This record gives sequence, structure tokens and C-alpha cells, in this order.
Amino acid sequence: MLNVGKIEEGFVLDHIEAGKSLKIYHHLKLDKLDCTVAIIKNARSNKMGKKDILKVECDIDTLNLDILAVIDHNITVNVIKDGNIVDKKELVLPREIHNVLKCKNPRCITSIEQELPHIFVLADEEKQIYRCKYCEEKAGNSSTW
Amino acid sequence: MRHLMNPLDFSVEELDRLFDLANRIEADPAKYAHACEGKKLATCFYEPSTRTRLSFEAAMLNLGGQILGFSDAASSSAAKGESVSDTIRIVSCYADICAMRHPKEGAPMVAAERSGIPVINAGDGGHQHPTQTLTDLLTIRSLKGRLGGFTIGLCGDLKFGRTVHSLINALIRYDQIRFIFISPEELKVPDYITDMLTEKAIPYEEVIRLEDCMPSLDLLYMTRVQKERFFNEEDYVRLKDFYILDKKKLSAAREDMLVLHPLPRVNEISVEVDDDPRAVYFKQAQYGVYVRMALILTLLGIEN
Repeated sequence: MLNVGKIEEGFVLDHIEAGKSLKIYHHLKLDKLDCTVAIIKNARSNKMGKKDILKVECDIDTLNLDILAVIDHNITVNVIKDGNIVDKKELVLPREIHNVLKCKNPRCITSIEQELPHIFVLADEEKQIYRCKYCEEKAGNSSTW
Repeated sequence: MRHLMNPLDFSVEELDRLFDLANRIEADPAKYAHACEGKKLATCFYEPSTRTRLSFEAAMLNLGGQILGFSDAASSSAAKGESVSDTIRIVSCYADICAMRHPKEGAPMVAAERSGIPVINAGDGGHQHPTQTLTDLLTIRSLKGRLGGFTIGLCGDLKFGRTVHSLINALIRYDQIRFIFISPEELKVPDYITDMLTEKAIPYEEVIRLEDCMPSLDLLYMTRVQKERFFNEEDYVRLKDFYILDKKKLSAAREDMLVLHPLPRVNEISVEVDDDPRAVYFKQAQYGVYVRMALILTLLGIEN
């Protein structure tokens, strides 16, 4: 089995549905950070069969983790300090998502207005439904992003 | 600063105040004839809509204000590629309030976010047309004396008709409303609406023929079967005459039933019905002016 070393300070995203780690990597804009990132794909998991894990060596407060809840509600976020787990963050669905999803409605003003942000608003928390702030089109399932 | 994007932007209490004001205007228009003196309404219409634009302009003129604007995108700076955001910033320098119609959904909201003046959504594509819904509510309230406690039949294109969807969403805030949806199978009200009604335990029925429900209705809201909603001419021709209200069908209705229509009609209401006292769709257009007058006053903060 492949071994990836412990991190001293940062966070570990565990129980990511297998195959979604790269999507999360991009949505968290980890490619823009100058820090160590380990992407572990298809790790064995008793609970899930297989899962992805992301280990990121940076201060957790520098990242906006809101989008994680939208992508996969079951992800666990472990905050690491001095090599130990010091906190587990609960994922909460954000009220708004900015410039992550694009509105696919061709009749929406976002399709023509220059530099207009694509904003989705949480319309139904229970069903995890987001709608475009402008035209109220429902966001597609996160697997389609 | 308040804007109006969606009929639900106003609470039931706020709507009551707005409708009370509209009724005071109706009772004594002269009292309000100078209420907006020195104020200007900009009508920014990126697509033609004669009735809505004229209704807004009539409303402002009735209040002693002035109007400016454009009536299609070709005669505006949009033809040169100017964004809605830039246009509204400029219009904010010229006028005190703006009514905007745009073919793109959400355009008036973009304007409201950047605007220095109140913006009224005068229709954004197939999305919202809040002043039509306010007009419908004011008409019902004024002529029935209440909002709630009635059975309303909605007839025609219930699938694509945004006025119908908006009206349903506005009416479910009132007590004891029962809906009867009258449409061909192809133009049935969308599932998300019937699901919502079921969830809220609001009674509704779906029927195919107007005759099936006429005697039980307190209100009948007719809509046009729009040619542009169909993929082919054949379907349109096949369906468009299904739901024509004529004297014969109306004879089965109660004496105090009201017939409403957002207009324009094509042939879904026979002209022979126009003289029936139950036909109130032209009065509805008049209430459209009163409610827009009340709305202009309210958004400008000069209702008192």
C-alpha cells in the first residue's frame, strides 16, 4: 500500500467520494497555492469501499471550504496542528455560491452581461437545491459540473 | 431603497397597503394628479410591449410626473453593446424611477443591483412579470372584496404561462383558495406547482374541458395559447381553439363569477362575451394603471 506521510499543519479532507478529489482540488483553487498537496485516489475504505483523500499543508483559514458541502456532504474535514487532529469541521451548505457554477439557461442575463458573476442561492436546504440568483434556474447535480 | 423584481417581494401586509392606496387613487384620482410633479419615470424596454409600457407611462403621467425612455433594444445603447449595468447607471442620472423590460431573465435584477433609483421589473423573458400579478390581485380584491375564500379556474396555456405561475404563487399566501386547472394535456401546469400545492395541502383539480367546472368557479382566469410556445404550427392549430370562452359556456357560470385575462387575447374569449358584466378584463387593464400608480408612489416613498 502507498504511504503518504503525516502533515504537521494543515487539513485532511477524508471520505471524499472516489473520483471527486481532482474536482475539489480545482474548486478550492489549490493549484494556485504554494504549498504541499497530496491527492490520494481510490484509497481503501471500510465504509465506502474506496475513497479519495486530500492532504493540504496550509492554514485552513486561507481557504473557503463552503463549496465542499455542495460537492459532497459526507466529506470530513480534519484540522491538523503539530501533526495531530485538533478539530473536525462540520460542513454547512453555503447560502450563496459565487463563480463556481455557471448558469446553463441560455435565456439568463448571465449569458450576455459582461463580467457578471454567476451566483447560485440555496433555495431548498433539505433537498440541497441551488438556483441562479438572476433567472432562478435550478443548478444541475454536482456530478455535472 | 426598494425595488420590485418578484410579486413575492412584498409581504401580504405590504400588498394590502399598496392595494388600499390603489383603491384610494381609484376613488379620487384628482387628489394624486400632482403627487409626482418634478419626478421622472424611465421606461427601459429592450423588447416591445405596448400595453405594459403605456400602462406605466399613463400611471406616471396621471401622477403629474414625466416620462422618458426607449421602447426596443434597437433604439437604445444596447444596440451598441452597452451592458444593462452601465445603462442603469446612466439612467439613474436622468430619472427618479425605472421600469425595465428585457428579454433576458434576471436583467432587471442586475439593474437593481447597480441602480441609484428604484427599479421595477416590467417583465424579464419567461421569468417574472410582477406588475401583471399585482394587477390581477388588485382586480380580484377590488371586485370580489377579498383575496381568499374562492375557487379560481385557470384556463389555457398553464405550462408556459408565466402570469399563471406568478398568480398561483401569489394566491397561495391567502386562505381558502381552491384551484381548478383547465388545460389540454400538452399544456398542463408543471409538476413543481402541483407538488407544491400538495405539500401545502392546498386543494386543486385538473380538468380538460371548461364546461366541466364552470358552475363551481368564483373566478375564471383565461390565458392565451401562444403560438411562439409551440415547436410546430400543427400542434398550435390543433390546440388553440380548444378553450374558447363564448356566451354558451358562460351561461353555466354563476352570476357573480368574474372573467379575467392578462390580455392580449387572440380568440380565446369570444367578443360576444365582452358586454357580459362578468367580463372584467378591460377593467383589469384600468386596475393595472392604478396599481402601477400606487407602486410608483410607494417606491418613491411619497405615498402619503
